[in-house]
Amino acid sequence: MTISLPPETSSPPRLQPSGWLRYFSFSVDHKVIGLQYLVCGFVFYLIGGALAGAIRTELTSPVSDFMARDVYNQVLTLHGTVMIFLWIVPVVNGAFGNYLIPFYVGARDMAFPRLNAVAFWLIPPAGLMLITSYFLTGAAQSGWTAYPPLSITTPATGQIIWILSVLLLGGSSIFGGINFIATILKLRRPGLKLMQLPMYCWAMLGTSILVVLSTPVLAGTLVLLSFDIVAHTGFFNPTLGGNVVVYQHLFWFYSHPAVYIMVLPAFGLVSEILPVHARKPLFGYVTMVYSIMAIVVLGLIVWAHHMFTSGTPPWMRLFFTIATAFIAVPTGIKFFNWLATLWGGRISLNSAMLFSCGFIVNFVLGGITGVALAQVPFDIHVHDTYFVVAHFHYIVFGGSVFVIFASVYHWYPKFTGRMLNEDLGRLHCALTFIGFNLCFGPQHWLGLNGMPRRVAEYDPQFTLINQISSVGALLMAISTLPFLWNVIHSALNGPVAGDNPWKALTPEWLTSSPPPVENWIGEAPLVEEPYGYGVPPGELDLSAASGRDLWSSGK
Amino acid sequence: MTTTVPIKEQEHSHGEHAGHPDHRMFGLATFLVADAMTFAGFFAAYLTFKAVNPLPDGAIYELELPLPILNTVLLLVSSATFHRAGQAIRQDDHGRCRRWLLITAGLGMAFLVSQMVEYFTLPFGLTDNLYASTFFAATGFHGLHVTLGALMTLIVWWQARQPQGRVTAADHFPLEAAELYWHFVDGIWVILFVILYLL
Repeated sequence: MTISLPPETSSPPRLQPSGWLRYFSFSVDHKVIGLQYLVCGFVFYLIGGALAGAIRTELTSPVSDFMARDVYNQVLTLHGTVMIFLWIVPVVNGAFGNYLIPFYVGARDMAFPRLNAVAFWLIPPAGLMLITSYFLTGAAQSGWTAYPPLSITTPATGQIIWILSVLLLGGSSIFGGINFIATILKLRRPGLKLMQLPMYCWAMLGTSILVVLSTPVLAGTLVLLSFDIVAHTGFFNPTLGGNVVVYQHLFWFYSHPAVYIMVLPAFGLVSEILPVHARKPLFGYVTMVYSIMAIVVLGLIVWAHHMFTSGTPPWMRLFFTIATAFIAVPTGIKFFNWLATLWGGRISLNSAMLFSCGFIVNFVLGGITGVALAQVPFDIHVHDTYFVVAHFHYIVFGGSVFVIFASVYHWYPKFTGRMLNEDLGRLHCALTFIGFNLCFGPQHWLGLNGMPRRVAEYDPQFTLINQISSVGALLMAISTLPFLWNVIHSALNGPVAGDNPWKALTPEWLTSSPPPVENWIGEAPLVEEPYGYGVPPGELDLSAASGRDLWSSGK
Repeated sequence: MTTTVPIKEQEHSHGEHAGHPDHRMFGLATFLVADAMTFAGFFAAYLTFKAVNPLPDGAIYELELPLPILNTVLLLVSSATFHRAGQAIRQDDHGRCRRWLLITAGLGMAFLVSQMVEYFTLPFGLTDNLYASTFFAATGFHGLHVTLGALMTLIVWWQARQPQGRVTAADHFPLEAAELYWHFVDGIWVILFVILYLL
């Protein structure tokens, strides 16, 4: 392995602030923008978490005593919107995508650096607008789905502010998606083939295709919804001859792919982390790539499985059930590929690896309930109950958020040049894993027994299970404390990491920590085998190797 | 295996430098795919309404064809004139290029005027019924695109005033971008015309 050595050509100075001030500037450096996304997203995660805490506090008793019912509706709407649009989507896409993708394609920056900065700076105002609506006139009350006629009949101002901020966030997402597609397809360094790219590039390419194809549909739909609210048109208003089911179709045409927009990048990130800490090549690279693309295609044609109780005709139910069940195939391929990557590896059980393993466990549970929910007879039984809440959180928290934490532990040395405290990291992981499963596991039971979601009051027979769930939520809140202490304390006092503390092969590690402004002093390295662990260089042709070769060579 | 191969100076430089590889047309094309999906959402809504929501009793939703056909012709001709402007700039003929750009913008504005005339002569208004609302939403959103496109064309016309300006025979990204956008807006109109007026 040769790493390019510096011919000491420093990059030309640029008219931008240096030091910590650059994180508050309109910087066009992809690394600065990535960390801006990450920290901004984490602030919103704390806000969304506080909102979740309010929900779980209310639900410790079967009567509405902690807050008024309309406040409860606002809190759950804000919780959903903040967590999806301001935390998970910006962080798994914007934060890690901006930081890593230029490294992975061997570029100095994204294809459109200024558009990139614009995309980030749309987020803080949109988030502030959304949250201040609660203090001004009351936030939207119709959930993150904003289904009419509820969204037309609840107070209009909060709903309009909600629509405006989601439109801004959607615009940010589309600009980001365009940038990722252009960077991955057009900005690869000469000699780097598509099938040599680290898996996260493929995940981001698939995600960005979904973003570009589906987000505009949501934007158009929300514009029509705002006409219904402001101009009293009747697109989705049944009393004016409109059709609410059309809203649901258009909304889910975005919002089902949105689940993949949240989880495909997480697949990519975990595919980067596992090989490094198991010292094994990523198992089944080619099948991973094809499964990502299969998920992209299938993800666009399954949306109506959210609408089995909306009077969908039988042929539609049949089609969407079958299409949804098909998604289990590529997802299963990825799941078994991760297991095979771990199999026989020299696994170091550090925080990044533990969070990744937690992801695999949680995600397969969420996937199983997902396949169950795709079956019409079962779905009709549990539709709009806590079973759906449990399933969804197993995917987005147990899936995406676990991977976000794994990624922070994995890339923190690159971001800051310092190591995190592993003991605190393991404590964080244990608390999060126990708290998460204690919080959302029992909700399956609640849903199966008929507790509806999004209601502040419930049948007193569910009290004990709800209290157990709330204890889990409290544990998750507590688990954030060691993490916060760890990232702040280690940034100042952590042991110095060096360039490549994990001895990883992907290109972001082949430069200093933190990297220089244009990523590499001198030429960008050409990494042809980003997962060539455990074998002498050149002996293994990843594209041709069978599983057996990889397994035996990993030992 | 990691090897180091020198990369070309062009790839070497940063976004802020002149040598940053130019993928703006690719980015614009990707954006137009996204834009097309917004229209696809409107069209899908319209077609679904048509399939399942009957027109309420007494409601009027009648579209006359002559004016929209004129509009279609205006836009198709303007696409051709913009193409001629592109040919002219590649032959380094700024005068001819600017004439064609002005004609294109004029045709676009004629389209907008004609669309306005149609709006004011229609027997229904925005909130009269579902079809009326969808008609105004789709054509209005398209009209917004035509307005933007005409403005962009005029900006290019202004930028092309000097032979050494932003628009030259060798480097005419503003013109290329506006042209692609203009053809896109025309293409959307043809689909819109078929779905809203003919079906």
